[in-house]
Amino acid sequence: MTLDLAQFHDTFFEESFEALDSMEAALLKLSAGEVDFELINTIFRVAHSIKGGAATFGFTDVAGFTHVAETLLDQIRAGKRQVTPDLVDLFLRSGDLMRGMLVATKDKQPLDKARVAALHGEIEAVLASEPGSSAAPAPAAAAAPVAAKPAASAVTQQPGWKISFVPGPQLLRHGNDPLRILRELSTLGACVVRVDAMKIPPLSDLDAEECKMSWNIDLSGDVTEAAVRAVFEWVEGECDLRIQPIGVATPVAAAAPAAGTAATPVQVPAAIAAAPAASRAVEAAAEARGGEGGSIRVSIEKIDELLNSVGELVITQSVLSQLAAPLEGRDADELRNALVQLERHMRSLQESVMRVRMLPISFVFNRFPRLVRDLGQRLGKKIELRMNGDTTELDKTVLEKIGDPLVHLVRNSIDHGIEMPDARVANGKSASGTIELNAYHKGGSVVVEVSDDGGGLKKDKILAKARERGLVAADEELSEDRIFNLIFAPGFSTADVVSDVSGRGVGMDVVKRNINELGGHVQIYSTPGKGSMVRIRLPLTLAILDGQLARVGNEVYVVPIVSIVETMQVRKEMVSSIANQGEVFRLRDEYLPVVRLYDLFGIKPDHTDLLNGLLMIVEADGKRVGLFVDELMSQQQVVIKSLETNFRPVTGLAGATMLGDGRVALILDVPGVITRFQQASRDAAQRAA
Amino acid sequence: MNVTSLAANADTQQFLTFKLAGEEYGVGILSVQEIRGWSAVTAIPHSPNWLLGVINLRGAVVPIIDLRIKFNFAKADYNEFTVVIILNVGARVTGIVVDGVSDVITLADEQIKPAPSLGSNTDTSHIIGFGTLDERMRILMDVEKLMASADLGSIKSLQ
Repeated sequence: MTLDLAQFHDTFFEESFEALDSMEAALLKLSAGEVDFELINTIFRVAHSIKGGAATFGFTDVAGFTHVAETLLDQIRAGKRQVTPDLVDLFLRSGDLMRGMLVATKDKQPLDKARVAALHGEIEAVLASEPGSSAAPAPAAAAAPVAAKPAASAVTQQPGWKISFVPGPQLLRHGNDPLRILRELSTLGACVVRVDAMKIPPLSDLDAEECKMSWNIDLSGDVTEAAVRAVFEWVEGECDLRIQPIGVATPVAAAAPAAGTAATPVQVPAAIAAAPAASRAVEAAAEARGGEGGSIRVSIEKIDELLNSVGELVITQSVLSQLAAPLEGRDADELRNALVQLERHMRSLQESVMRVRMLPISFVFNRFPRLVRDLGQRLGKKIELRMNGDTTELDKTVLEKIGDPLVHLVRNSIDHGIEMPDARVANGKSASGTIELNAYHKGGSVVVEVSDDGGGLKKDKILAKARERGLVAADEELSEDRIFNLIFAPGFSTADVVSDVSGRGVGMDVVKRNINELGGHVQIYSTPGKGSMVRIRLPLTLAILDGQLARVGNEVYVVPIVSIVETMQVRKEMVSSIANQGEVFRLRDEYLPVVRLYDLFGIKPDHTDLLNGLLMIVEADGKRVGLFVDELMSQQQVVIKSLETNFRPVTGLAGATMLGDGRVALILDVPGVITRFQQASRDAAQRAA
Repeated sequence: MNVTSLAANADTQQFLTFKLAGEEYGVGILSVQEIRGWSAVTAIPHSPNWLLGVINLRGAVVPIIDLRIKFNFAKADYNEFTVVIILNVGARVTGIVVDGVSDVITLADEQIKPAPSLGSNTDTSHIIGFGTLDERMRILMDVEKLMASADLGSIKSLQ
C-alpha cells in the first residue's frame, strides 16, 4: 500500500497560510523597529516549515523559492546581516509570492513564473552582496567582529552573558546534545567555552549515557537574555542554568572569569539597565508562545452538532422541570432541587459550547497593519495604526462577515479621513495620522470602533450633495445624525476625485447592509478637523438570539428584541383607517401603519379588534410599523435554526427555534414582514382601484 | 436468505411499503430515516396547503408533507394512529404523513414494471414503477423526484 500524500495537502495549505499570516505579523513588527530575536526566529520557522512541507509534497517551485528566502533569513538570524526596511519589504513581498504560489498550487493553476524569477533574482542579489554592506550597519553586526577577538583585551566595552550550564544526568538520555547547544550559542556571538570535567568518574564507573560534564561560557555580543535562553529552551528543565550579564569586564574578570565578579560596582548599573529590557523580551517571547500553542483543529460541523445536542438537552431539562412542578411530597422537593442544579449546569455547558465557536477578533484585525502600511505608502500619508482589544471574542460566522466591512471602513479612513502630512502640520496636528481600532464587549454585544484623527466628515458638503441628488428636499433641515447617515445611501460619494482606493460611492451602503444582516448597527460620530469614528455594534453570536415570544391564536412567534421599539395597548382615538391604505395609528407625533400578523400569515387569532390585543412597535431599515398580536409571553434566548436546511427560505421568517415544550416556534424577520406587508397592501390597493 | 445477502444482491431492492387512501405505496428503504407517530406541527405562513408545517426532530426543523393533499385524495384526520415516515434525501430531511406502514418487501428488478404513460396531463415523473409481489401491486415512488416536485427548493447534492 502506498501512502497517499494528497490527503495531507489541505492541512499543509491551511497551516501554511496561517504560518504566512504570523510571518507577516512578525515582519510588520520588525518594520516598526522592534528588533527581536524571537521575531526573526518566527519568520525563519515559517519559511523553514513551508520549505520542508513543499518539498515533501513535491511542490518544487515553492520549495525552491522558499529556500533562497530561508537562506537570507538564516544570515539575519545568525547576525551576519542587519534588518533593514528594504529587507523587510523584500520579505513581505516574498511572503505574498509564497502565498500566491501556494494558492496556485492548491488550485492547480499555473504559477506566475516571471514574478517568481524576478523576486528570486532580487533575493539572490541581496545574498550576493556583502553582508556588511547594508546601509546602516547594525550594532550587532558591528559588535560581532570586535567581540570575535577574545575577551582578553583589557577594557572590552562589549556587553555579554556569563553562562553556567550544568546538565542533569538525564540530558543525554533524552536525546539532547550539548554540542548542538554550544554550536548554536556561538552563532549568537563570540564564545569562550570552558569545560569542567572534574566530575567524570574513573573509567570503570563511567556510564556513557550519563552527562557528568559542565560548561562555563562567556558569550560576548549584543544579545538579549531571551535569545540566550531560547538556545537552552529544550533542556531548561534538565540542567542547572545560570545566565548573568557581564557588563564592563575588568581585566581580572576577563582573565579569570569567576562567578563572583558580579559584585564590582561598575557592573551594577549595567545589570539594572539590562534587566527591564531582558524581562520585556522574555514576556514577548512568552506571549508569542502562548498564542501559538494549546489548540486543536475541529471542524465547525462537529461543534454545531455539539451545540445541537446541548440545545436538545436544554429542552429536555425544561420538560423535566415542567413535569416535576406539580409533584408533591419530600421526594418531589429533592427532585426539584436536583433539577435546579441540572439547570445551572446546563446553562454553563451551553455557554461553554457557545464559546468554542468564538474566536478572537485579532483574526480580522491582523490584516490591518499590512493594509495601513501599504495604502499609506501608496497615498504618501503617514499613518500609525493602534489596535486595542484584539482578544475580544466573536462568533466565527460573525467574524467572517465583519472582515470586509471593516476593511472598507479602514480604507475610507486612510483615503478620506487622514490628511496629507503637510496639510496636517498646517492644521497644527502631528504629521502622522492615527487610525484606531477598538473592540470590546458591552452588554451582550460586541462593539468595534474604527476612528481616525483626520479631517472629519464635511457636514455641509454631504448635505449639499444629498440635495443635489434629491435625497433630501431643498428646505429640509436635518439633525447631525441623519446627515452622517446619508453617506450610507447607495451610490453616495462626496469625493471630488475618484481614486483607486475609494470614492466611487459603492461601499458604505454595502457596509451598512452587511452589518444589518448580521443583526448589528452602525453609528457615525465626527468632529470637523478632529476626526471621525464609526461604531459598529454586533451580536456576540448568530446562533442565539434574544427574542420576545408573542402569541397569535395557537401559534407562538419569536420577535428579535433588537427590532422592538416598544409595546403598547391601543386606545380607540389613536387608530384611524385610510381608504384603501389600511389602518394607521398615532404614536406621539408619528403615524404608523398597523400590520395584523394573523392577516398576513393567515392564522385564526383570539382577537381581531385592535383594542383587545397588543401592538408591538417594530423597526427595520428606518421604517416603523405596529405589529398586532394577541399576547406577549416571556422573553428568552433562543437557538436559531435555519429553515433552509430542510426546506427553503420564507420571506418574513428568519428561521425557527425550539420552545421549552419541544414545539417549533418561527422567528420573525422584521424587515421581511414589513416588505411582505407593503406588497400585500399594494396588491389590495390595486384590486380596489 | 438473510438481509445482508439480500442487500449484497444488486438485482434486488428493498422497499418500505405504506398505505395511503386505500392504495399501497413503496419507497426505497435506504431513504427512510425513521418512522414516528404524529405530533403537532407549526404551520409555515404562505406555504402550499400540502405542507402541514415543521416539527422539531431532535433539534432539527423538519417539514412535514401530507401526501393525501399533495395527491388530491380525500383528507383524513390526524390522530394517534397517523404515522410519519422521515425520509432522508440528499442532505435534506422531510417527513411524509401516511395512513399506516405495512411492510418491508424485497423486489427483484424483473418484478418492477415501468409506469405506463397516463396521458400528458398526469404527472408520473415521481413514480419509478409498479412492483408486484404475492399478486398485490405497489406504487413505487422516487423519493428524490417527489421531493423535487414537492417544491421544497432544490435538493442539496448527495453527500
